[in-house]
Amino acid sequence: MSSIAKPLVTHPGARTNALGLKLRDYEGSMSTLCAGCGHDSVTAALIQAAWELAIPPEMAAKMSGIGCSAKTTAYFMKQSHGFNSVHGRMPSVTTGAAAANRSLVCIGVSGDGDSLSIGLGQLCHAIRRNVNMLYVIDNNGVYGLTKGQFSASADVGSKSKKGEANLQGPIDPVLLGLTLGATFVARSFSGDKQQLVPILKAGILHRGLALIDVISPCVTFNDHEGSTKSYAYTRTHEREAVATDFVPLRHEIVVAPSEARLFEVPMHDGSVVRLRPTDAGYDPTDRATAYAHVRACQGRGEVATGLLYVDEASSQEMCDGLTLPAAPLHDTPFELLCPGSQALDALMERYR
Amino acid sequence: MSGINDFAFKIGTVNGSGSASANGLLMQAIFRMGIPVTGKNVFPSNIQGLPTWYEIRVNGEGWTARPSALDLVVALNPATYAQDVAAVRPGGYLLYDSSWPLDPTLVREGVTILGVPFGAMCIEAFQGDRERTLMRNIVYAGTLAALLKIDMEVVAGMLDEKFARKKRLLDANHQAIRMGYDFARTHFDCPLPFHLEKLDKTGGHVLMDGNTACALGAVYAGATVGAWYPITPSTSLMEAFTAFCREFRVDQATGEHRYAILQAEDELSAAGMVIGAGWAGARAFTNTSGPGISLMQEFIGLAYYTEIPSVFFDIQRCGPSTGMPTRTQQGDLLMLAYASHGDTRHPLLFPANPAECFEMSVLAFDIAERFQTPVFLASDLDIGMNDWMMPRLAWDDNWRPDRGKVLDAEALDALPKFSRYLDTDGDGIAARTLPGVGAKGAYFVRGSGHDKHAAYTEDADAYREVVDRLKRKIDGAADAVPRPVIDRQDGATIGLVTIGGCDAAVREAVSVLRGRGMAVSLMRVRGFPFHADVAAFLAEHEQLLVIEQNRDAQLRSLLAIELGLARDRMTPVLDYGGLPLTAAFVIEAASRVAVEVAA
Repeated sequence: MSSIAKPLVTHPGARTNALGLKLRDYEGSMSTLCAGCGHDSVTAALIQAAWELAIPPEMAAKMSGIGCSAKTTAYFMKQSHGFNSVHGRMPSVTTGAAAANRSLVCIGVSGDGDSLSIGLGQLCHAIRRNVNMLYVIDNNGVYGLTKGQFSASADVGSKSKKGEANLQGPIDPVLLGLTLGATFVARSFSGDKQQLVPILKAGILHRGLALIDVISPCVTFNDHEGSTKSYAYTRTHEREAVATDFVPLRHEIVVAPSEARLFEVPMHDGSVVRLRPTDAGYDPTDRATAYAHVRACQGRGEVATGLLYVDEASSQEMCDGLTLPAAPLHDTPFELLCPGSQALDALMERYR
Repeated sequence: MSGINDFAFKIGTVNGSGSASANGLLMQAIFRMGIPVTGKNVFPSNIQGLPTWYEIRVNGEGWTARPSALDLVVALNPATYAQDVAAVRPGGYLLYDSSWPLDPTLVREGVTILGVPFGAMCIEAFQGDRERTLMRNIVYAGTLAALLKIDMEVVAGMLDEKFARKKRLLDANHQAIRMGYDFARTHFDCPLPFHLEKLDKTGGHVLMDGNTACALGAVYAGATVGAWYPITPSTSLMEAFTAFCREFRVDQATGEHRYAILQAEDELSAAGMVIGAGWAGARAFTNTSGPGISLMQEFIGLAYYTEIPSVFFDIQRCGPSTGMPTRTQQGDLLMLAYASHGDTRHPLLFPANPAECFEMSVLAFDIAERFQTPVFLASDLDIGMNDWMMPRLAWDDNWRPDRGKVLDAEALDALPKFSRYLDTDGDGIAARTLPGVGAKGAYFVRGSGHDKHAAYTEDADAYREVVDRLKRKIDGAADAVPRPVIDRQDGATIGLVTIGGCDAAVREAVSVLRGRGMAVSLMRVRGFPFHADVAAFLAEHEQLLVIEQNRDAQLRSLLAIELGLARDRMTPVLDYGGLPLTAAFVIEAASRVAVEVAA
């Protein structure tokens, strides 16, 4: 809301993270999105997650394409580099950046327009490559910035603001991710920060592409009666399949009283993600279960949320597959890149 | 006029039958005899079964452009008999496989027919379809060795080198070459009137194709990220880069790769990867052809406006659209110069041969990083995929890459504040920062309107300030791209202007024209924006001929647009059927103009 100015003074009691930075240090510019936009809540959750994880600001790379979602990269982590590229093509830019410098913490923010129509191909191939990045899709079922056309995630029968019904089947990024072999697939809701923050943290730490579909209602073009991505509809039809807790390094793991089976997923930095399925039979480490569950929910008009599927142990991210060194490629001394005059001379013998 | 060390022949076969090996053998043997030689592969856009030709020209003086007359044709593909026999010059020779009855199509007055039962000999000497098919090529190589007086010791030595560790193949190859050679010696008057005599003109030279040379240049320039999508005729560039990286860029101790090769799902993605890598501080490139550049235009505009170094190799082929993927042209000039919508303009480099491919490939990376912009090296199919005689490449170990203005952590600390697009020293180039280096250097890259602080803008003045600086910045690249090569003849009023792959034919034509008493000067453009020397040359000559391989005289258009010269001051000489240019074509066009001038 650009009408509200940010306070200039930080409360002296404001908490600091492991880097000595305050939550404010992870904020960005004032949002110019509509008042009540779901994306602003997603942004707030990202700020919270990045602060709690103590991501060094200069190591983050905020990547986006075009759309209302893409604008949000300016609204968090103002001390980090951002790349607002072209429509639907953020994955390729991120892939190149990750190859050049694998220590960057790549945070990609996209929308259902940017990722499921023009960007569908690049999304699929980034998943296949398992680019090490957080991939957030702010999903509102419409093209907001161009004023209300249906997007590819719009459900059959859902109505546009003008009352027109959508006839084409939706592309569900969660089902897409599961089909393509993504090693981290989640769905959440902009209105549920408690659910979203731990998922974002787990996603940032995940080695590989962490796909998070966030239902993020568009108050201006898709929040009316007849929309299946409105605040009202999402609140009444959301069904959390698995609850996520994030246990960072320094905290003791306290086992809750016995309920459904608890899944513990160790992350590479030593922290642990705890998953508690709502249904006893749900297994977030089994791809087929996750897929079937989401399909079943879809059939009932329900929105399955949570960290629905994760494979942390065997996920090999792109840079491991490329056998890249730990240090960024751009840091490699020239002497190690250029074979030199003697090698060239010897090479010439092969072309006689 | 053919004779000793001055003749041309071509071999017509079916692609996928293994003839490439035999053709390479012939060409290399001639080269090792110290005689300048060119080989041009005229192949179909197909994997197996369609006609393919290999043209070899031998010229003791070193003229290597495609010949216009053929002294000998080896006709091994019945599907092309008619055009093959028509291609032989009067008094020339035609060699065919006499295992089958002579096809009347091959009979032509004035052409001597030589028959060798290649097929039958192979059926008898070898087993299995595959071996017989492959060896047939080696047999004809042996026959040609006898007819053209190729040194059999040189050939034998080459076979020994090639098949050192494959005894069975080695024996088969030796046997096959002997068979073809002996048959010819027994049945024909060897050698033919035009043949080879050892020379010493290839010392200090090697045979290499332009794509390999470009790839080698990328390795030496320190490129670490290659993103690509396969497309004829550029694919071999990345394949060569990959092979060189495996050899030179793998850490012996850890096995780690000091390079990343990303095979993208399409050209748009390849371009995005190059730009992402360039933004993050790596020297990155992609190799493609015209259709790929078309796809990449949006990203090119983004790199231009956001000022991100990136290198694009366009190995040009015939357009428009899918065009003729296996034929050559210089048809992307206008597209490359102004790629993407809005006001854009890009530095271009135009190599004419593999040696320049190496040198200009290295230079392209420096220009991209110094000017923080997409840079294009425009080669073509003929340069890229054929083997050319080239002086051995050398490298100065003192050479260091010019990474341009990049602020490291220390430099950032010294600044009170960082703004991305400030022109502090008047050259139009602002200092950039890399992600991962200092929070003070963080900024937003955006393709949308931005001011000099990289902030979003819709303000007219702020927008203009940035785009005007971009114009000045790229203008400055005129002195960084390769200068034209000028060969001035005193008193000449006729000036020939050309570019890239036309070079060999135009130089040969100039030599012939001067031999006939015509005074002509020659300029070969090698870079864009145009260096001041280009305008100067044009101004000095009354009669200008612009020779290029595209339908719409694109180089002429560029000269007119950029230098304000009227188009009708320059006569286009256009050859755009897809085959490499011949000197005869240029001589004919220039002679016509000379006649008109004299009249």
